Amino acid sequence: MDQILGNIDLLIQFPVVNLKIIIDGVMIGALFALAAYGLALVWGVMNVKNLAQGDFVIGGGYVSWWLANNVGLHPLLGVPVAFVVMWGIGWLTYKLVISRVIERDLFTSLLATFGLAIMYAQLMNLMFGSDTQSLVLDVSILGLQNNYYFADGLIDLPAAKVIGVVLAALLATGVILFMKRSRMGQAIRATAQDARAARVLGIDTEKVYAFTFSLNSAICGAAGAIIVMVWVIQPFYGITYSVRAFVIVTAAGLGNLPGVIAAGLGIGAAEQYGSHIFGIGYQQAIAVMLLLAVLVYRLLQQKRNRQVLQ
Amino acid sequence: MTMQKTSFYAILLAIIVAAPFLFPDFTTQLATLWLFIIVAMTWDMTGGQMGYNSLGNIFFYGTGMYVAAVIAIGLVYDVGEYTGASGGGRYDFTNEQYIIGFILGTLGAGVFCALSAFVLGYVLFGLRGPYFAIGTLGTAIAAGELVSNWDWVGGGQGITLPVYGGDYDQTKLFIYFAFAVVGVILFIFLKWLYGTRFGAAINAIRDDEEKAEAMGLRTLRYKLWTWAMSAFFVGMVGGISAFQLISFEPLESAYQTINLGIFMVVCVLLGGKGTLWGPIIGAIMFQVFKEVTWNYFLGWQWVALGALIVITVVYFQDGLMGWLQQKKPEWFGIRIDQKEAASEAAK
Repeated sequence: MDQILGNIDLLIQFPVVNLKIIIDGVMIGALFALAAYGLALVWGVMNVKNLAQGDFVIGGGYVSWWLANNVGLHPLLGVPVAFVVMWGIGWLTYKLVISRVIERDLFTSLLATFGLAIMYAQLMNLMFGSDTQSLVLDVSILGLQNNYYFADGLIDLPAAKVIGVVLAALLATGVILFMKRSRMGQAIRATAQDARAARVLGIDTEKVYAFTFSLNSAICGAAGAIIVMVWVIQPFYGITYSVRAFVIVTAAGLGNLPGVIAAGLGIGAAEQYGSHIFGIGYQQAIAVMLLLAVLVYRLLQQKRNRQVLQ
Repeated sequence: MTMQKTSFYAILLAIIVAAPFLFPDFTTQLATLWLFIIVAMTWDMTGGQMGYNSLGNIFFYGTGMYVAAVIAIGLVYDVGEYTGASGGGRYDFTNEQYIIGFILGTLGAGVFCALSAFVLGYVLFGLRGPYFAIGTLGTAIAAGELVSNWDWVGGGQGITLPVYGGDYDQTKLFIYFAFAVVGVILFIFLKWLYGTRFGAAINAIRDDEEKAEAMGLRTLRYKLWTWAMSAFFVGMVGGISAFQLISFEPLESAYQTINLGIFMVVCVLLGGKGTLWGPIIGAIMFQVFKEVTWNYFLGWQWVALGALIVITVVYFQDGLMGWLQQKKPEWFGIRIDQKEAASEAAK
C-alpha cells in the first residue's frame, strides 16, 4: 500500500513522468488499435470472434525476426514481408477452418479459434524456441539518432518507437482508404451490413469473407513486425494481444473506427499508468480487469435500456 | 430392464473400485481421468443443460486448490509465515492433521466456490452467448494474475503442501478414491437432478430464455443455483488436486486457463453436450488421446491437442452421443415420425 501511494506521489511531484507514461502508452496503444481494428473487421463482417488474433501478431513478428537473422533482411522491410506472409497464412486458416464456422453459433467460432491459438503458439514454440526475441532497429543509415532526449533526459524517445507509431499510422490510413475507396472495400462494407442482400446484388460473399480474414491476418502480421522492433515477442505472448483486442472492440463497438483508435490509445495509457502505480506484475491483470469492467459497464447500460422498455 | 440396469451399475462400481488394484502403475492417471470426468460433467450442467458456455469454470478449480491449501495449513500454522518460508522451514503434518485438513479443506473449497459462483454469477449472468464466455474467461485469467501477485498465498511461486506421513502408494490410492467418491456422488446427483422440475427448468432456459422467463421461471435464480452447484463440485476436486499435486503455482497448475479450462469443454463436445453420459465418455476419449499423444508425439502433443479442439468443434460438435442419437434413435427411446424423419432428436 505504501508503495502504491509512493508511486502516486511520484507522479504528482514530477509531472514530467506523466508525460513519459502517456507517450509510452500511446505508442503501445497504437499497435493494440491495429490488432483491434482487424478483429472489429472480422467480427463485423463475418461474425467470427477470433481468439487467435494475438497469435497472428506474434507470427508476423517471427516472420520478420527469422528473415532478419537468416537472410539479413532489414527490420523495416520485414513489415511488408510479414504483411504478405501472414496474408497467406490467414487465407489458409480461412479455407481450412474459419469458412466452416461462419454460419454457426458464436461459441463455435470462439472455441475453434481458441484451438487455433493453442496450435499456432505451440508451432511457433517448436519452430523458434521459447525465448523472448527482439530486433534492433538501427536508423543511423537514415541520418537519425537512435535516441532522443527531452526534459533534461527524463524522457527518452527511441527512434524505433517513433518509427513504429508512424508505420502503424500509415498502415491504418492505408486500410481505411482501401475500405472507403476501393471496390473490394465497398463489397466488404456491404457484406457487413447485410450478407444476403449483398449476395443478391452479385457480390461473391465467400470471396469477401476470405479476403477480409486474410486482410485481418496481414494487418496483425504487420503490427507484429513493428512490435518485434520496439518490444519483445515470445510464442505465448499472443493471448495478451487477443485479450487487449477484445477489450478495445468491446469498449468501442463494431464499425466504430475512431472509437477503436481512441480505445486503443486509452488502454495503452491506462495499462502504463496501472503498471507504474501497482507494479509491473499487474500489467496483464489490469488489461483483463479492464475487459471485465467494460463488460459490466455495458451490462448496466443495457439494464437501464431494458427498464425503459418496461 | 431394471434388473439389467442394476447389474450394469453394479459391474461399473466394481470396475471403479477394482481399477487401481488391477493397474497399480496407472493410479495417478486414473485419478486424473476422474478429475476430467468430474469437471466435464460439471461444465455440462451450465454449458450443455443450461446453454451458458462458460470458459472460466477453471476459476473454481484454482480457487478450490488455494482455499483447500489455506484451510489445511491454517488449521495448524500461520499461513503467511508458512508461505513466506516457501517450503524452507520445518513444517510437518501428523497423519491426523493431514486427514482433518484434507476433509475440511476440500469441503471448505467447495462451499467457498459455490458462494463465489453466486457473487460472480450475479454479475456475469447478465451477459449472453459469447460475451458470457469472454467474461468468464476474463475472470479466470484475472484471478490467476491477481493470485500470482498475492504474497500471502505464496505469490508466483505457489504453495507447497506438507506430505502425508504414510506410504506413498497408499496416498495415491487415497487420492484416487477421494476423486472416485466425488465423481460417483456427482453422477447420482445429476441423474436425479436432470429428472426433476429443476432439470426441466434449466433446459427451458437453454431452449429459450425469454420464453422461460415469460412463463414465470425465475431464470436468474435457476442460473445462479446451477452454477453454484457445479462450482461446489469443481471446487472440491480442485481441493483434492491440491493434495494430489502437493506443490502448485497459480498460472500453470491452479488457474490453468488454456489447459484444463479448455479441456473440459472439449471433453463435453467430444462426448456430446446436454447428455448425462456424454461428458463421461468424452472425458475418457480425451484422456486416452492425451496420454497417447503425450507418450508418442512428445513436443507435438500441444499441436495435436489444438488440432483435436479445432476438428471436434468444427466437424463433430454433436459429439459421440449426438452422432449415436442420429444413427440409432431407438436406443434413446426416441420414436421417429415418418413426416419428420430427418428432424432433430428431442428427448
